[in-house]
Amino acid sequence: MAVIHSAPKFASNEGVLAALTAALGDKFIAGREEHGEVVITVARAEIANALRTLRDEHEYQQLMEIAGVDYPDRAERFEVVYCLLSVTKNHRVIVKTCAAEDTPVPTVTTLWPVAGWLEREVFDMYGVLFDGNTDLRRILTDYGFEGHPFRKDFPLTGYVELRYSEEDKRVVYEPVQLAQDLRQFDFMSPWEGADYVLPGDEKAEGAKS
Amino acid sequence: MSLQLEQSPTTGDEVITNYTINFGPQHPAAHGVLRMVLELDGEIIERVDPHVGLLHRGTEKLIEHKTYLQALPYFDRLDYCSPLAMEHSYVLAIEKLLNVEVPLRGQYLRVLFAELTRICNHMLNMGSHVMDVGAMTPNLWMFEIREDCLNFFERASGARMHSAWFRPGGVHQDVPEKLLVDIGEWLDTRLPTLFEDAMSLVVDNRIFKQRNVDIAVVSKEDALAWGFSGPMIRGAGIPWDLRKSQPYDVYDRMEFDIPVGTNSDCYDRFMVRVEEVRQSARIMKQCLRDMPSGPVASDDRKVSPPKRAEMKQSMESLIHHFKLYTEGFHVPAGEVYVATESPKGEFGVYLVSDGSNKPYRCKIRPTAFSHLQAMDFMCKGHMLPDATAILGAIDVVFGECDR
Repeated sequence: MAVIHSAPKFASNEGVLAALTAALGDKFIAGREEHGEVVITVARAEIANALRTLRDEHEYQQLMEIAGVDYPDRAERFEVVYCLLSVTKNHRVIVKTCAAEDTPVPTVTTLWPVAGWLEREVFDMYGVLFDGNTDLRRILTDYGFEGHPFRKDFPLTGYVELRYSEEDKRVVYEPVQLAQDLRQFDFMSPWEGADYVLPGDEKAEGAKS
Repeated sequence: MSLQLEQSPTTGDEVITNYTINFGPQHPAAHGVLRMVLELDGEIIERVDPHVGLLHRGTEKLIEHKTYLQALPYFDRLDYCSPLAMEHSYVLAIEKLLNVEVPLRGQYLRVLFAELTRICNHMLNMGSHVMDVGAMTPNLWMFEIREDCLNFFERASGARMHSAWFRPGGVHQDVPEKLLVDIGEWLDTRLPTLFEDAMSLVVDNRIFKQRNVDIAVVSKEDALAWGFSGPMIRGAGIPWDLRKSQPYDVYDRMEFDIPVGTNSDCYDRFMVRVEEVRQSARIMKQCLRDMPSGPVASDDRKVSPPKRAEMKQSMESLIHHFKLYTEGFHVPAGEVYVATESPKGEFGVYLVSDGSNKPYRCKIRPTAFSHLQAMDFMCKGHMLPDATAILGAIDVVFGECDR
């Protein structure tokens, strides 16, 4: 497909995937090139070694981001996504690995000090553990917060709300109470898999039986 | 047996222990809600532990529950000092997934206003930086420029700060011709006068140099390892600017220079921003000179809504309008990481789509996160008052850092 969008243009992806596949050897699990991005999946235990190979031998000097993604249906539900940048080759690559709640991912703080906070954030938001990160505290959520808010099964409204209590002269936490239900609009058209029953649908069901 | 002199066990070896102070979260030099736990040895900083997240609003989670278009205004509220630069990464990420073409005038308008945003942002940052280290007047003068910028945003989009003007496929509305004329005039008259006046008070000022030169020197290796970007990495002497190296929209048609620092201290970071303002003005002049006429948003009606007048006349337009503002458009499944050069550095959006009308995951890569993390090693061994200068030169805004 011809590229007609005007998003940032970095160096060509041509041959990158093949070269990195060969370089990573048995650490490599899957790789694809889609929407102009090279995405490589590597084995969890080997993530630090794989990223070291990319940094030291393939000039990906900068770790720009570690993102967590939650897929509740998978056996290992979390994906940890590392976005690497090469300032010499002017190229970006996305490396990712899978993890479950109880399977720690090896830390990359030994490779990039910047990974410290990025891993803390993934831990805070998803509860993914990083083996070897010496400072795995919560970072963005409140002091004393419980749960991991960006998991898909964590409600958007959360569980507690806080207010300043005039009687107690301090901030108190209470279970969340909404004056109006949270409105989740389903904009999908009825022909494209809406999972609710429209008035009158029961007639069609009745005709069948 | 000879007489033994008794030696006093307490002569001159009194030990003063380190002590810890709390900086922020309500401190004018903290640039928002930053809490830093500083461990001090006298007035020398031994260790810094920044506590962020006091402005965490769960933007990324909220975005997962909105359609692509409804999620756009959240980006204005990230870095509220450079709202359009935040939108830029997001709309480009969507466009990359959709592979939709933006008409040339739309691209020019985006670049023009992204650069105006850069000027607007740098005015606030440089003004507060000089105020943090003791000068008052330049800040007031630079706020004049900022006021002008906000007026321009208002005339283009109707909102002074939270514009929501960049849309997937282009920009929301065309600008009045008079606005472009006025911006051109402003670039020739008011901006250089006010800006150069303010800078003449600062750049060679003895106090300003005493407070900034040789403060928080970062080597090139450290800058790369700590994930620096923007003026922070250019201050360290690495000529890296995404507008130049990975051009988006019409930046590849623009002629501009990338300033780099030589000493990699707070003064260099400040001076990089000073020059960036001049270069931004240069880019804006080229935009105004070369801007073609024509549509400002894609004519792909599955992405970009029709004009209102058209919607009143044509049934098909009405349907498109209705569908786009209720269900929204569906984005092909896939994932992209799109980063643009925001005034503060690399601002990235990692967007995962599952083919529906809502983002499955939208991870925002803030610039301040990695810079703030480096506070510890940059502050080590410096005096307590230097912490404010270092913080000012980082250019943090907590809407963006905490998301």
